[in-house]
Amino acid sequence: MARRKASGAAPEEGHRLIITAVGHDRVGIIAGIANVLAEANANILDISQTILQGFFTMVMVVDVAHCTLPLDQLRERLVSKGAELGLVVNIQHEDVFKFMHRI
Amino acid sequence: MRFVISPAEVMETLAMVQSQKLDIRTITMGISLRGCSGASARTTGRKIYDRITRTASGLVEAGKAIELEYGIPIINTRISVTPVALVAEGLNAAGMACVAREMERAAAEVGVNFIGGFSALVHKGCTAGDRSLIDALPEALSVTERVCASVNVASTRAGINMDAVALMGGVIKDIAGRTAAAGGIGCAKLVVFCNAPEDNPFMAGAFHGVGEPDATINIGISGPGVVLRAVQEQPQADLGTLANTIKNTAFKITRMGELVGRVASRRLGVPFGIVDLSLAPTPTRGDSVAEILEAMGLERCGTHGTTAALALLNDAVKKGGAMASSYVGGLSGAFIPVSEDLGMIDAVVAGSLSLEKLEAMTCVCSVGLDMVAVPGDTPAETIAAIIADEAAIGMVNNKTTAVRIIPVPGMREGDRVQFGGLLGEAPVMRTSSFASHGFVRRGGRIPAPLQALTN
Repeated sequence: MARRKASGAAPEEGHRLIITAVGHDRVGIIAGIANVLAEANANILDISQTILQGFFTMVMVVDVAHCTLPLDQLRERLVSKGAELGLVVNIQHEDVFKFMHRI
Repeated sequence: MRFVISPAEVMETLAMVQSQKLDIRTITMGISLRGCSGASARTTGRKIYDRITRTASGLVEAGKAIELEYGIPIINTRISVTPVALVAEGLNAAGMACVAREMERAAAEVGVNFIGGFSALVHKGCTAGDRSLIDALPEALSVTERVCASVNVASTRAGINMDAVALMGGVIKDIAGRTAAAGGIGCAKLVVFCNAPEDNPFMAGAFHGVGEPDATINIGISGPGVVLRAVQEQPQADLGTLANTIKNTAFKITRMGELVGRVASRRLGVPFGIVDLSLAPTPTRGDSVAEILEAMGLERCGTHGTTAALALLNDAVKKGGAMASSYVGGLSGAFIPVSEDLGMIDAVVAGSLSLEKLEAMTCVCSVGLDMVAVPGDTPAETIAAIIADEAAIGMVNNKTTAVRIIPVPGMREGDRVQFGGLLGEAPVMRTSSFASHGFVRRGGRIPAPLQALTN
């Protein structure tokens, strides 16, 4: 699991990404993705796992306010880690979901 | 604050972007060229080049950054400018063509793929500058790649300028001839309008209207695939329920445009203009307006019932989209460009969709006869008459209509012309073999229609 911020202060608005991984369930999915995030100092705020339409689906909310990697590199690493684990990984900004599903 | 979106909602959005091809079709920056007039073509061209490159320097980069950070595909970044005939009044045709070259150079410099606004508004009559611009169109559109042109020849309040309509028939033939090697592709960059909107982000008809500020950000979205899926999931629903489903879907699609518009506007320090909530198809399977109509229960787009189905679709998209954005504008309806929509192409090839039916469809949806290929030997007067028919529909019904027609040199009915990319490929359609010469040659203006006694 990625390191949690010690202070427990509210995360900064506007720096949260939604990472989804879709594929077959197997050992080490969360560990693999979390490792990439921890190395980049991106903080996992929330995780949920579910089976949607027969596929293992993991949704992560991640705070990248103090991320040490540029976003394009973080994206690249997550996608290639996902491919290693047989998963399709997607990264989108939280506002996309807020705008589309909440008024 | 806890994130309160459910996994199912997250996956719905993901599916829209990934398998249903939802994307932002264009971020279009409108740039005013007022104040760019110079004494010569050279100084006018230089001022225009400077204004565009200065205002839009960060546009393409901002688009790429937003795409990356938000995970939303942004297909195009484009520019629209004040109708050039207004800015370059006083130049001759050669001078106007010189300005078009400067626009091309500026567009290449900032990295946009199209720049719209090589335009004239002549619905009541031509000034000398308007006439120069129209005369310059064949050269301008054959020597540039990115420059898009439009001419507004009619409006509900002014009527139809039939002199200009007749002129455009000849100009379109001339452009096709000059770009014959590429299937007459120059004509794909020219739109002839009735009631042209001043804030349309979509090419080729985009220009920055005279009531607009120095610069604005306008957004065009593309979501036929998402609407198609929603309709397919309701095979038994009655039409009222179906309309509601389309509204809900249009709302979600438009929200994405609204988000990107706000972010782009903030980052570029340019006011947010509008979201154009048009359903813009692409020549990809599943991203087609025709397929939506077929999913509603028509065997083929173009058969009886198509106009009614399209009316429902167009209205539902507007109702859902209008609720989703603070500012809706542009064309905002369903587009039915033939070459850019695989379902439309199939319908023409199958013999289900004719030019006449397309014309009827334009009465109830956005734009008009768009990306229609006709035989290369179609007379200029017939093309002018097609434009006049379409302008009459827009004039009487108080809506925007347009014609983007390509008389493909050397091709006959049933041939297929390849344009490539987003412009797709088009089957050459049949036009009437009976002449319209006498009517077109009369010239003059068709008076504005009554706005009362509406039966």
